[in-house]
Amino acid sequence: MRLFANLFETLDTTTSTHAKIDAMVDYFRGADPADAAWAVYILIGRRLKRSVGPSLLHTWLIEEAGLPGWLVEETYGSIGDLAETVALLVTPDPPAPPDGRGSTSSELRLRDWFHERILLLPSLDLEEKRRLIVGWWRSLPYRECFLVNKLLTGSLRVGVSRVLVTRALAELFDQPRTHVERALIGAWDPTPEFWGAMMRDESSTDSTHPYPFFLASPLEGPIGALGPRKDWLAEWKWDGIRGQIVRRAGQCTLWSRGEEIITDRFPEIVAAAAALPDGIVLDGEVLAWRDDRVLPFAQLQQRIGRRKLTQKILKEIPARFKAYDILEWDAEDWRNRPLQERRAQLQSVLTSLASKQIDISVGLREDSWEALAVLRESARTQGVEGLMLKAWDSPYGTGRQRGAWWKWKIAPFVFDGVLLYAAPGHGRRSNLYTDYTFGVWHGEVLVPVAKAYSGLTDDEIRTLDKWIRSHTREKFGNVRSVEPVHVFELAFEGIARSPRHKSGIALRFPRIKLWRTDKRAVEADTLGNLQAVLEQLQRDVR
Amino acid sequence: MISDDLVVATPRGLYCTAGDFYIDPWQPVERAVITHAHGDHLRGGSSRYYLARPGEGVARIRLPKDAFVASLEYGEQHTFDRVRISLHPAGHILGSSQVRIEHDGCVWVVSGDYKREFDPTCAPFEVLACNVFISEATFALPAYRWSSTPIVAREIFDWWNSNREKGFVSVLFAYALGKAQRILAELATLTNEAVYVHGAVASLVEAYREAGVTMLPTFPATVVSAKNFAGALVLAPPSAAGSPWMRRFGECRTGFCSGWMRVRGNRRRRGYDRGFVLSDHADWPGLLRTIRETHAGRVLLTHGYTDAMCRYLQEQGVAATALRTEYGAEN
Repeated sequence: MRLFANLFETLDTTTSTHAKIDAMVDYFRGADPADAAWAVYILIGRRLKRSVGPSLLHTWLIEEAGLPGWLVEETYGSIGDLAETVALLVTPDPPAPPDGRGSTSSELRLRDWFHERILLLPSLDLEEKRRLIVGWWRSLPYRECFLVNKLLTGSLRVGVSRVLVTRALAELFDQPRTHVERALIGAWDPTPEFWGAMMRDESSTDSTHPYPFFLASPLEGPIGALGPRKDWLAEWKWDGIRGQIVRRAGQCTLWSRGEEIITDRFPEIVAAAAALPDGIVLDGEVLAWRDDRVLPFAQLQQRIGRRKLTQKILKEIPARFKAYDILEWDAEDWRNRPLQERRAQLQSVLTSLASKQIDISVGLREDSWEALAVLRESARTQGVEGLMLKAWDSPYGTGRQRGAWWKWKIAPFVFDGVLLYAAPGHGRRSNLYTDYTFGVWHGEVLVPVAKAYSGLTDDEIRTLDKWIRSHTREKFGNVRSVEPVHVFELAFEGIARSPRHKSGIALRFPRIKLWRTDKRAVEADTLGNLQAVLEQLQRDVR
Repeated sequence: MISDDLVVATPRGLYCTAGDFYIDPWQPVERAVITHAHGDHLRGGSSRYYLARPGEGVARIRLPKDAFVASLEYGEQHTFDRVRISLHPAGHILGSSQVRIEHDGCVWVVSGDYKREFDPTCAPFEVLACNVFISEATFALPAYRWSSTPIVAREIFDWWNSNREKGFVSVLFAYALGKAQRILAELATLTNEAVYVHGAVASLVEAYREAGVTMLPTFPATVVSAKNFAGALVLAPPSAAGSPWMRRFGECRTGFCSGWMRVRGNRRRRGYDRGFVLSDHADWPGLLRTIRETHAGRVLLTHGYTDAMCRYLQEQGVAATALRTEYGAEN
């Protein structure tokens, strides 16, 4: 644990990419395989099933801090992070320096922290859990106390991306990054065996293993700069769940881009995939689809959210897989072949499959950029987000490599909302109020309609944070309600009815576009305005 | 409202009616008693300044040349009308004072900024029994507890050495008055190497030397070639971070010394490579201990987390209220 805490400290305190990679390589080089596997698991952001909820930790903190409850709340509100608040309030006095490397430390290995402690928690009763966890708080030095709390409450957010971890491992093993990517995707357990297989570049033996997804970048600059139209495949940009169908060894697995297996969520797709020949992997989009057209993303979400798939929901919200690409054919990796060749193969496979549940995402016929631009304007009535442009001669890459795949989205909807609530952010924003809730007018009251985390500059965030602290109306835990004064222009991609929300609507991907300091709260939009957008959309669709 | 209070908050600053003088006023006044020379406590334009003799040197650097300054020894009595005042060490920076005010057998103490940790650059905080204690509350949340200074000094020294091994310059940001000199004095127990200092730090270091404070030797960080700085430690004010002035050092690692570095969000957001928790203000236990030791029946709080401290003290049976002041702006 001490070695991992040192690594965490280095990653957390440097802004240099090189220093971060070096620190990881150093750590992995000296680490036992079991510890290294767990470290990778944590660093790429995998999380365990939570063994104890934050509200319990919160309660125990108040009991253990020897301070009035309100003062613990006040401190938590100022710090913004529960794991850190615990470490600051409960570790023994006088505290060790927060990023001191020399302090005394837990000698228990990282692996053992999981296997002998954290993973055993779920089987214990409440009193026993409390006794153990409070015992750790009391005995661990500051850094480890913070880390253990982070592991208990969720992910670490240490400021390394998955790409950085991949780069470090590729350097360590002297392997291409794509190999490491491949090993880290999908389901795996943090074991010494996993680490060993990855080191020997033998990870992909599992027959359900997917490929890393290739991601598009937003198109910047004029469309003409891409060169002749004929060099590009143009498709609709579907708004569903990006997925991969892996059909090998007589078995079929459906993966989401979030690297979850969603096979059992979409039985109709999997049933259709059973007729595919063995040794095939398709990339595509899972969509809710009825009466010959795509349904809004919100409906697909309902489908995922259900614990049990009833016949009724299967009938109301049927799903389909629109295939983009073929990554493996006849058990052979096709990713380095040009798109042209892959699409021809995909077309041929799907023609012989002749399934409605799995069909191709068609290439658009418009043969000039101008004609495509006109078509793109109709994207909303088609229920899509815009267009995708893919170079015919490109291989299937890994991650977000620029140049071969572009997304050409339509302009988002916008509205003006009033800031109603604020909560602290995470990581480097953990003691700033950066998670906002916005409302619109419904008669005389403001109803919340959107939460947004991004879109302001650092300066604006600081200014707003200061204002929030001095204009708080009420505190609920670490959420504050504020005087409804500030107006923001928000953008969103879609809108749907939602009985679960007080406003009756749910917005897709809302984010802040602009702080409208020129507007007063009374000038913000009304719920009626948003409902009108929804109705317009539904009319267009009919 | 007419108040019987000996010291009240007015638009110009904390004011003692009976003695007709202000303490650390934020607007020009006739008579200004100064607790210390930080910008939010010592402002130009007043007619007469009264402050502790050890602080005169640094105060003169920050005041216009022709300013009238009267120095008092710590503990020396001075009379304003029927009010007796004296200045006592606050342990914040060189020459920092608490102001003890006595009138009709009633004693008020204005703390200014203070800390309880040992600091080789200034006289230690003196506990004064009083009826009313006017305290700062900069770090008045229980999350703020300081590590012992030698541990932090050792951390800074280790960081310097590890950067040096990798061929980097270490640029350490700290307030130019007080913190920078305290670091130079603390590091003198670990090494005798010279440290480069920014121009804003240099003149104040000189004033500290003249007052007899022992510190590491310093050079001005004005040498043109980056080669001269290889492996060096450089002290600079936070305002120099990200400025063109930094270019002369080539590859460097940056650190910041402040009580705020206790919180991870602050450390990360500032974009420094390292944060060292070193403050010249009292931490939460330090504030509580001090208030207890003064035996004050009433406590007024000037700046910082005043609301939390007030409520906490009230629950402990101490009459506490917040005063509206303009201190704390420098942080």
